[in-house]
Amino acid sequence: MTAETGIGARVRRKEDVRFITGRGRYTDDINRPGQLHAVFARSPYAHARIGSLDISGAEALPGVVAVLTGADLAADGIGPLPCGWMIHSRDGSPMKQPPHPALSQGTVRYVGEPYAVVIGETREAAQAGADLLDPDFQELPANVDTASAQSTAPIHDGIANNLCYDWTLGDEAATDAALASAAHVVELDIINNRLIPNAIEPRAALGDYDAGTDMLTLYTTSQNPHLARLVLSAFVGLAPEHKLRVVSPDVGGGFGSKIFIYSEETVCGWASKRLRRPVKWTADRSEAFLNDAHGRDHVTKARLALDAQGRFLGLKVSTIANLGAYMSTFSSSIPTYLYGTLLAGQYTTPAIFVEVRSVFTNTTPVDAYRGAGRPEATFLLERIVETAARELGMDPAELRRRNLIPKDAFPYATPVALVYDTGDYQACLDKALALSDYAGFPARKAAAKARGKLRGIGLSCYIEACGLAPSRLAGQLGAGVGLYESAEIRVNPTGNVTVFTGTHSHGQGHETTFAQVVSSRLGIGLDQIEVVHGDTSQGQFGLGTYGSRSLAVGGSALMKASDKIVTKCRKIAAYLLESKPEDIDFEDGVFRVRGTNKAKTFGEIAFAAYVPHHYPLEELEPGLQETAFYDPQNFTYPAGAYVCEVEVDPDTGITRIVKFTAVDDFGQVINPMIVEGQVHGGIAQGIGQAMLEACRYDRETGQLLTGSMMDYAMPRADDLVNFDLDVVRTDCTHNPLGVKGCGEAGAIGSPPAVINAITDAIGVRTLDMPATPLKVWTALQAGSAAAKGS
Amino acid sequence: MTGFGDFLGEFGDNMTVRVTTTVNGKLVSGDVEPNTLLVEFVRENLGLTGTHVGCDTSQCGACTVHFDGKPVKACTILALQAEGHQVLTIEGIGQPGNLHPMQAAFQENHGLQCGFCTPGMIMAGIGIAERNKGASLSEETIRAELEGNICRCTGYHNIVKSIAAGARDM
Repeated sequence: MTAETGIGARVRRKEDVRFITGRGRYTDDINRPGQLHAVFARSPYAHARIGSLDISGAEALPGVVAVLTGADLAADGIGPLPCGWMIHSRDGSPMKQPPHPALSQGTVRYVGEPYAVVIGETREAAQAGADLLDPDFQELPANVDTASAQSTAPIHDGIANNLCYDWTLGDEAATDAALASAAHVVELDIINNRLIPNAIEPRAALGDYDAGTDMLTLYTTSQNPHLARLVLSAFVGLAPEHKLRVVSPDVGGGFGSKIFIYSEETVCGWASKRLRRPVKWTADRSEAFLNDAHGRDHVTKARLALDAQGRFLGLKVSTIANLGAYMSTFSSSIPTYLYGTLLAGQYTTPAIFVEVRSVFTNTTPVDAYRGAGRPEATFLLERIVETAARELGMDPAELRRRNLIPKDAFPYATPVALVYDTGDYQACLDKALALSDYAGFPARKAAAKARGKLRGIGLSCYIEACGLAPSRLAGQLGAGVGLYESAEIRVNPTGNVTVFTGTHSHGQGHETTFAQVVSSRLGIGLDQIEVVHGDTSQGQFGLGTYGSRSLAVGGSALMKASDKIVTKCRKIAAYLLESKPEDIDFEDGVFRVRGTNKAKTFGEIAFAAYVPHHYPLEELEPGLQETAFYDPQNFTYPAGAYVCEVEVDPDTGITRIVKFTAVDDFGQVINPMIVEGQVHGGIAQGIGQAMLEACRYDRETGQLLTGSMMDYAMPRADDLVNFDLDVVRTDCTHNPLGVKGCGEAGAIGSPPAVINAITDAIGVRTLDMPATPLKVWTALQAGSAAAKGS
Repeated sequence: MTGFGDFLGEFGDNMTVRVTTTVNGKLVSGDVEPNTLLVEFVRENLGLTGTHVGCDTSQCGACTVHFDGKPVKACTILALQAEGHQVLTIEGIGQPGNLHPMQAAFQENHGLQCGFCTPGMIMAGIGIAERNKGASLSEETIRAELEGNICRCTGYHNIVKSIAAGARDM
């Protein structure tokens, strides 16, 4: 039974039936009797003082129930939205965290910042009211540019140079020495382009306050409902934790953007309490563009030192990271501990130093987006390595091979604070080169040339640190929360099982994968297992889903809980079978006295536990239900090698990916079908970053120029190809499943492979993402002009 | 656009109008504003929440339904324009235990992750299959004809596979 459905099986997803029949239940699908609708009034300016705000016209409008402002919010003691990760600058001073009110209080600092909410009987009435608000905006100078932010007018009072922190990691003296003594130094300026997440389900919130019980229920599109409850209770002051229930039902994609605690859910909850009626808001796509936390946005200078044989001696990196106008929930940690620590990559570089200055600009807050810091590190590293190979006249695969951490060197301590537990990078690279027919590329390039096309190939060897995270280490590094995960297994009296996880599934398929784990451990069928998540009133506290952590951390908690269930079952079985627990074997859902045919099924044990007429009540409590919390000892380190092959039309710059190969090492895989799907989606987002997606602000006015799906190029089916995937397996050494996590890999590994391929095709050194046809064509023209001039 | 304004003007402010149409084979009526979109009517008046709204510029295709047998984005049609027409939504093509071949193909081929774009993808996929009936349906054709539907999760790889398989089984 379990061989077909257990660990490693390619099982169809349990959750699919409701989604393919239109029976999913997303936040916007939920309505409550007497529900009101919230429309947020948003700043049309990138930076302005609000001299006065006349709400009388809106208040007088029929159908408008209330107009609430930042002053009302402050009067009710609803505090600012916190950033949960403290970073210290190189001088030891704490980061400068400006207050981030849920509704602006006097000054707006980015286009789209909410400064008031109008609540109406219908959305139309609320919108009409919002249109009548008449703020006296006094425009202030605005800056949206990352590189120059430290020299522009301050955005927040008391924060000099718009600098949040100036953080460093690594040994600067050793790195400088390596650079000074190197046979070759390769320098590269790199921009990691700003992205807008665009989960297809827009964010939504529905606050539903019950005055009779003083209980506030908040339905919201969250990747981490328990964390949302904790932050909204302990920091924002929305309601005490036991009087706040956060429900995240089906959630339509997150990619990081639904981790954070935003203004809108805070305000819907608060307004519902205040007005004693349910209050609902669903973002339209324009609001999603303006308000969902953006991703990436780094400007970096990097130098790589190599010896005469091409061995890496040192890497020095200086990055300016854009935080936007305010600090989002985890924004400070992304360009620091999720970025700088990854700069060793798969290589033995002995000396690394990184400095990161994170700055405020008049833009939407920036926070984690699929990969979060790790794509930025990988892009930098794999671009500079590729550039080094070209400048040294070496095969890029050979240069990488010379520097890979050998597979007998694990555990491997990097110079940037991580200890990789296991891996086989050489095997990944070899497999990727074989699968992509790297050796046959020159012939394909020649054939393309004969057709008038420029063909290029690019590699990328990535590593990521995920499975967030060991709580003690995270705490030392500034995290404001623990990063363990919880699981609970409730065996029902009839022997089927309800599993509660503190993680959240918004596309990852946990209802299937987690059930496969339990099925394997308890020997019961998948149809006997229900996985429940996303409601703080049902499952116990957990930290949610991000950083490819759910299976590595949440799945490990589930293993612990399963083991506790089996341990108790053994005791019950021993009693029933008149044996000793240590003499009971458990296999395929049957407890058997070793060497005999005396046996009880899992279902019989469950029944005995709940109907304890014949049961060791003196020694054991009745019932069969166990909880577990699992705190990882280390991060997990998925790694892989990607190869991208492109063809460029030199007349138009139009670039097609013709072949994309990904070889990943995720350790043990529970459901290969789901893992492949995660890789496909990650690669698509990485290709989107590399070739299509550009978030653009007008430099003068600070207006978001790419504020719709007509202006911001989302990857579509005809932009992409089928991907060739394979795996290498080295199991994680420190969690019970041996899993590493797969959610972010594709988005981390793919952008440098794409840009390395395009720059190879057109023979240029650098090319900023996204490599649009215009940019590729322009680079080609500049290249041929330079060639003619020389 | 003036024609559209005149059209709305006929109804005056805050006037609701009764619309009667056939949705999933059933004759239904509802009172709507003149500017109510078909997708709003389907979701809010009829409670058929399988049809989703993912954007506000008719780009994402999450609201795709069939209108007189052809896939359309339900955000591009007024509820009133459905008067006397046939509308088919995701809820009308198959149910748990009795799936439409295209629905089954999406599950079989892991053509969905978060599920939000999925109803629109399935309705668009059925349209692609029907438009290309009798011809062999290439990956290239599927990718080209899926241009109006955006998925952020799957990278389309398995959606393309699903539609090819669903079309074979239809």
